[in-house]
Amino acid sequence: MARRAAPEVNAGSMADIAFLLLIFFLVTTTIETDSGISRKLPPPIDEQQEPPILKEKNIFVVEVNKNNDLLVEEEPMELKDLRAAAVAFLDNGGGQGDDACNYCQGRKDPTSSDNPTKAVISLRNNRETSYATYIAVQNELVAAYNELRNREALKLYGKTFNQMEKDLNDVNYPGNKERLKDQIKRIQELYPEKLSEAEPKK
Amino acid sequence: MSKFKKKKSGELPAISTASLPDIVFMLLFFFMVATVMRENTLMIENRLPVANQVEKLDKKNLVMYIYAGKPSSRYSSSAGTQARIQLNDKFANIEDIAPFVLAERAAKREEEIPFLITALKVDGETNMGLVGDIKKELREVQALKINYTTRIGDASDNLK
Repeated sequence: MARRAAPEVNAGSMADIAFLLLIFFLVTTTIETDSGISRKLPPPIDEQQEPPILKEKNIFVVEVNKNNDLLVEEEPMELKDLRAAAVAFLDNGGGQGDDACNYCQGRKDPTSSDNPTKAVISLRNNRETSYATYIAVQNELVAAYNELRNREALKLYGKTFNQMEKDLNDVNYPGNKERLKDQIKRIQELYPEKLSEAEPKK
Repeated sequence: MSKFKKKKSGELPAISTASLPDIVFMLLFFFMVATVMRENTLMIENRLPVANQVEKLDKKNLVMYIYAGKPSSRYSSSAGTQARIQLNDKFANIEDIAPFVLAERAAKREEEIPFLITALKVDGETNMGLVGDIKKELREVQALKINYTTRIGDASDNLK
């Protein structure tokens, strides 16, 4: 018997498949957003203003030299230990009387910081320091603050500080946003981010 | 005669090309969706450092970008090998930052101005001296909210 012509495949549904794929990719792809460490710079220096007097023990000096070595309180340190050291310093709570800190869980060492609200981390870098090292150090210091804030938020409100901030930006958050804002503010007051940066040395 | 005709119909039928436009559209749409739009053409090397304590920059219209890094190989003959600043599509000097910020501000609505963020996209190998100079300029013009744009990852990778 002679061969018959093969029947043509119906291509009418091809468009449907294409649209289906298109919609799938439209829904699942998110356009990339940048992310990074947010910081606030101090306002321009006012000549008239006297710099506030700080006790030596309330300052935690972190220095990165031009060879990208980390010096904490004039002692060399590895980057991985920086976070723990910063937490220990901030959470020390060695103050007495007015300066006492009743929520700190640190060692209460009288030679370290009095109170998290008084403790200042001073970050100094050299002009030759590489930006990547600087970011690594910044990251660890921010992490130290976040760790303490998370701990305190978990204790007071039963959820982490990061979760609270996420909830605040969430449009579908069911709870009271005003209250959440107050709670966030309260945590920020307990552990204020006091990170001072000196002008880089030549 | 009919014998010859039958033979002719035994040839392979042409493949239908009706679905070809669909395939092309599919590819087109895929690339449209998956492509990230770049606002500026980078003239510098820009390998961002990594960090994990990051916040997202959601409101893109409120962000202005300052790039810094070594000029990429195409431009190294004309712009040198030292790290440079890039604003919009051209190389800039430190003193160009203040006018740039003011121009960006003027283009925004008044109620948006306090929320403007400056994103610093700086190559990891840049020296802090340049970054410090940029920050000093930003302080002068009261552009105090900054964001060090990073990739997400473990911070200790920066030291390698």
